[in-house]
Amino acid sequence: MFGSIDPALLLAALMVNSVPIMLAATGELVTEKAGVLNLGVEGMMIMGAMCGFATAVVTGSPLLGFLGGALGALALSLVFGVLTQLLLTNQVATGLALTLFGLGLSSLIGQGYVGIKPPATGKLDLGPLAEIPFLGRALFAHDWMVYVSILLVAGVWWMLTHSRAGLILRAVGESHEAAHALGYKVTRIRFLAILFGGAMAGLGGAYISLVRVPQWTDGITAGAGWIALAIVVFASWRPWRVLAGAYLFGGVTVLQLNLQAAGSAIPVQYLSMAPYLITILVLVIMSSGRGKAALNAPACLGQNFHASR
Amino acid sequence: MTELLRVEGLTKAYPGVVANSDVSFAISEGEVHALLGENGAGKSTLVKMIYGLVRPDSGSMTLRGQPYQPAKPAEARRAGVAMVFQHFSLFEALNVAENVALGMENPPPMRELASRIRAVSEEYGLPLDPARMVGDLSAGERQRVEIIRCLLQDPKLLIMDEPTSVLTPQEVDILFKTLRQISGEGTAILYISHKLEEIRALCDEATILRRGKVVATCIPREQTAREMAELMVGTVLTPPARSGRAKGAVALEVQGLSVASPIPFGTALKEVSFAVRKGEVLGIAGVAGNGQDELLLALSGELKSAPGAVRIDGAEMGNKGPNDRRRAGLVAAPEKRLGHAAAPDMSLVENALLSGVVRRGLAHRGFIDWAAAEAFAREIVQTFDVRTPGVHVAARALSGGNLQKFVVGRELSQSPSVIVINQPTWGVDAAAAAAIRQAILDRAAAGAAVVVISQDLDELLEIADDFAALNGGRLSPTRPVEGLTVDEIGLMMGGTHGMEVAHHGH
Amino acid sequence: MLRLEKRPSPSAFWQKASPFLAVILTMIAGGIMFWILGKNPVEAIRTIFWDPLFNAQFASYSRPQLLVKAAPLILIAIGLSLGFRAGVWNIGAEGQYIMGAIFGAAAGLAVYPVESRLIFPAMLMAGALGGWLWAMIPAVLKTVFRTNEILVSLLLVYVAQNILAMMALGALRNPDGGGFPGSRNLSQIPAMANPEMVAGTGMHWGVVAAFMAVIAGHVLLQRHLLGFQIKLAGQAPRAARFAGVSPARLVIFCLGVSGLLAGLAGVFEVTGPAGQISIDFASGYGFTAIIVAFLGRLNPVGILFAGLLMALTYIGGELAQFMLSLPSAAIQAFQGMLLFFLLATDILTNYRIRLSQREAA
Repeated sequence: MFGSIDPALLLAALMVNSVPIMLAATGELVTEKAGVLNLGVEGMMIMGAMCGFATAVVTGSPLLGFLGGALGALALSLVFGVLTQLLLTNQVATGLALTLFGLGLSSLIGQGYVGIKPPATGKLDLGPLAEIPFLGRALFAHDWMVYVSILLVAGVWWMLTHSRAGLILRAVGESHEAAHALGYKVTRIRFLAILFGGAMAGLGGAYISLVRVPQWTDGITAGAGWIALAIVVFASWRPWRVLAGAYLFGGVTVLQLNLQAAGSAIPVQYLSMAPYLITILVLVIMSSGRGKAALNAPACLGQNFHASR
Repeated sequence: MTELLRVEGLTKAYPGVVANSDVSFAISEGEVHALLGENGAGKSTLVKMIYGLVRPDSGSMTLRGQPYQPAKPAEARRAGVAMVFQHFSLFEALNVAENVALGMENPPPMRELASRIRAVSEEYGLPLDPARMVGDLSAGERQRVEIIRCLLQDPKLLIMDEPTSVLTPQEVDILFKTLRQISGEGTAILYISHKLEEIRALCDEATILRRGKVVATCIPREQTAREMAELMVGTVLTPPARSGRAKGAVALEVQGLSVASPIPFGTALKEVSFAVRKGEVLGIAGVAGNGQDELLLALSGELKSAPGAVRIDGAEMGNKGPNDRRRAGLVAAPEKRLGHAAAPDMSLVENALLSGVVRRGLAHRGFIDWAAAEAFAREIVQTFDVRTPGVHVAARALSGGNLQKFVVGRELSQSPSVIVINQPTWGVDAAAAAAIRQAILDRAAAGAAVVVISQDLDELLEIADDFAALNGGRLSPTRPVEGLTVDEIGLMMGGTHGMEVAHHGH
Repeated sequence: MLRLEKRPSPSAFWQKASPFLAVILTMIAGGIMFWILGKNPVEAIRTIFWDPLFNAQFASYSRPQLLVKAAPLILIAIGLSLGFRAGVWNIGAEGQYIMGAIFGAAAGLAVYPVESRLIFPAMLMAGALGGWLWAMIPAVLKTVFRTNEILVSLLLVYVAQNILAMMALGALRNPDGGGFPGSRNLSQIPAMANPEMVAGTGMHWGVVAAFMAVIAGHVLLQRHLLGFQIKLAGQAPRAARFAGVSPARLVIFCLGVSGLLAGLAGVFEVTGPAGQISIDFASGYGFTAIIVAFLGRLNPVGILFAGLLMALTYIGGELAQFMLSLPSAAIQAFQGMLLFFLLATDILTNYRIRLSQREAA
């Protein structure tokens, strides 16, 4: 039953499929490293998908579309920031509200866009690289967002481990009391991290509606935001592992889609629930291993900070 | 000597409290100046204003004759003011060099910083490995991180907030040597403490605060500790009364207790053994982070161990939870009042129920008798003189001292046969502390076996019959308090933590 | 500059008043949203909140619907509120609701066409079991492996939806249905039906169960030690352990109760208002119940009213869709907005907002 599946195409599809969760998870990683748990990734992604789609259709430019997607999700994360950082609301509840609101609002705005095709996102011409047999088709014949997303992971890795800004960000997530005592603006830093997470989720969402599907339907993200949250745990808050995790889940998704298309004997529903089940399985494996991975979790994750005295 | 910092008429009010009222004093270059006062006297607020963390309502400061108004700590650091905090300024999951970098304005690249940390730590006799994770360091080593972080910036004024509360007597000696070296190089030191002997040993001048106001300025060497204590507290305190007690049978026995710590970067308990008789007070000393929290958890039942490791009146209790142990007669009061011993947002009635339900019978078949719970709360408030507008206010509304009286009172009012208390008077003013100590001694006189875990040696020597010390999760053999010298105590507490490792390890 | 100042004790007034303020703010913000959509905001708000109850033309249809829609929301929200109070975040009630419906329907259909008065109670028990089992997955994973229950319970919703589709197309498909997806119509099989008890009221067994859940929840939280422990664990986890509360048992209890109640809601729905297992059986009650739980301030009596209000927005939303062609998604956004305002106004309970000059911090 695997006979009809071309491995080069499979690998290529895997790279494309993993982009949305990679982007969203990288953004959430930065947010969580600052000590903020934003469970609204799903809501921000779908807002990004909607706004990105709408912008691209209206302007005819995929680039502006991605920008619009990032901005749309960023606006939603701004709401989250105001609520959790300024009004000190519970982060879990606020994140859920963000998702519920995002799903509703996106479907509201999206009414006029059902059934439209977005402008195509251009392939990046990598010249001779794309000519390499097998690898060329698998790795070097993609749209530019695939490569941008990998660069963004690299950038976040460098920022977190090698820059002063990253050090301060981690410090704030580790102990807001201590960071405050040293004079760092905890609320401001967290706000910026939330906005970055929002913009990244928006890019990921826009990628779904502009490249991967590509069209607009209600609930188009189908849980990708939740999987992105799981990937951050899977990656134990390390950027390169986010990349690995995204490829793993991209791989599972592509495989099950291919099996469905190939008319496998397994019922379709079993195949479509596979990515969710595997996500749960991986979460279990990651959380059962005590020690180092758990220590890497920001100590102040999910706690609100109010400088009283 | 030339004047470095002058503080004039500083006032800072918070809703309901005036933390500082018209505070003035001055420090010269190279001077070690003590800021003396008991808990809640306004010392912390005052230094936070000097360090730019809090802005004064009125008053002014001048640094070397120039007006000085730091809006944030970074400005204070740029002006040459550095601060070593008592709590909350290190990041456990980051390494030493990263922690140092976070406290500097323009840190050099990490590799260069690491070598400078090594150099400075050698120079001042404070060995430290820049690559180690701060969470793995002892309390004394953590303090070194803070001190070195300050020294790397060539401060003109170094503020030290209660620096010796986390040190063994031997480590205190080393710290004082370092501080004298620093002041000898012309750096002024503002030294905050409520420990009088230390101030007499180290400081050139002292400003004494009481309830936010300067009540006296003196030269500590020319005063007796008693004179300063009376200035600080405002009244003459009587030490708690001890009566000779007849000791009974062993009520609490701990045998080979070993448990892993549930706290990140915590200390595992290793083969801890001791026994306490009825009517006896065992004092357990130790520098913070040597297993005190874990020992309390293992005794209260929040942390389970081998069945025979903890025995109450001979019955195996190691694998039993808190409520089973309460039924057996053991009560416990953890160090952290808000969030552990008491729920901050719950009323005093609910907090009375929290641990009192078992021994006071405040529930029948799972249904709560709220009237009885309220009566219990009122009883505690009355017996232990807890100052509160009522029993229906949230626990967080009480001052630290009053909440501590409530928490300790709640446990002592359950006619316990075994009492375990961690840091009974931490952050509590002198009058409340005296009341709490007296209440503990009264319970012992009534026949309870008492374990007091404390980092305050004076307190332990005052109330304990027997003495032991925790060091790296191990408990020293128990010895009678009578005849113990400070040197012996220091060695039981582990002498100088981490020095040997740093000297010979690399 | 506005500054927050923590109150010494939570304000009893704002604890009660903040949901009302949130509803008013949501109406204003929602009105603006409707206005942007080109609708008359006053008319839209009236259509949603007033007409279903008091407009002679619609009330006869809408009023009974209020109880029909509120019952599952209240039932699920009561269960969720216990967990939310204890810091156990079950956000997969939708999945437990689906599994309850599937288990209940399967139990009934397994003995079809036997007629017995025991069948309906047996279906209820099977449904409760289904919801409970589905909730036990995150509960056990949380207690044994410390796996995050938020993510697991949520991901299981997607799994449940796939199982639902599988059942509607396969095992539970009506053999006499001419190959169309969907089970037999349970509401038309006397032994399995959950009918309207008094015509024109919308009252069915699920409504009775919801009221009972409200009372039980109220007693539990106000009078019982377990309720006290739940509150304690949520507010101060370490203090809860000090008080002898076992976190694992609490997780099992809270997830178990909420799964059980969501499962029950599922059976009541599938045997009554919905009538059959179909692909689009899941209507989002499990998610809306999260809003209901918060709107009711995690208080059983509050949840009763919140459930009714939220049911009203559903019915009013349908009416507005019909009368003003307001998109149904607008109601979803409106509900999300309500949750935002609720969370935001919550701050008034614990903080005072003061006007003052900036604090150096």
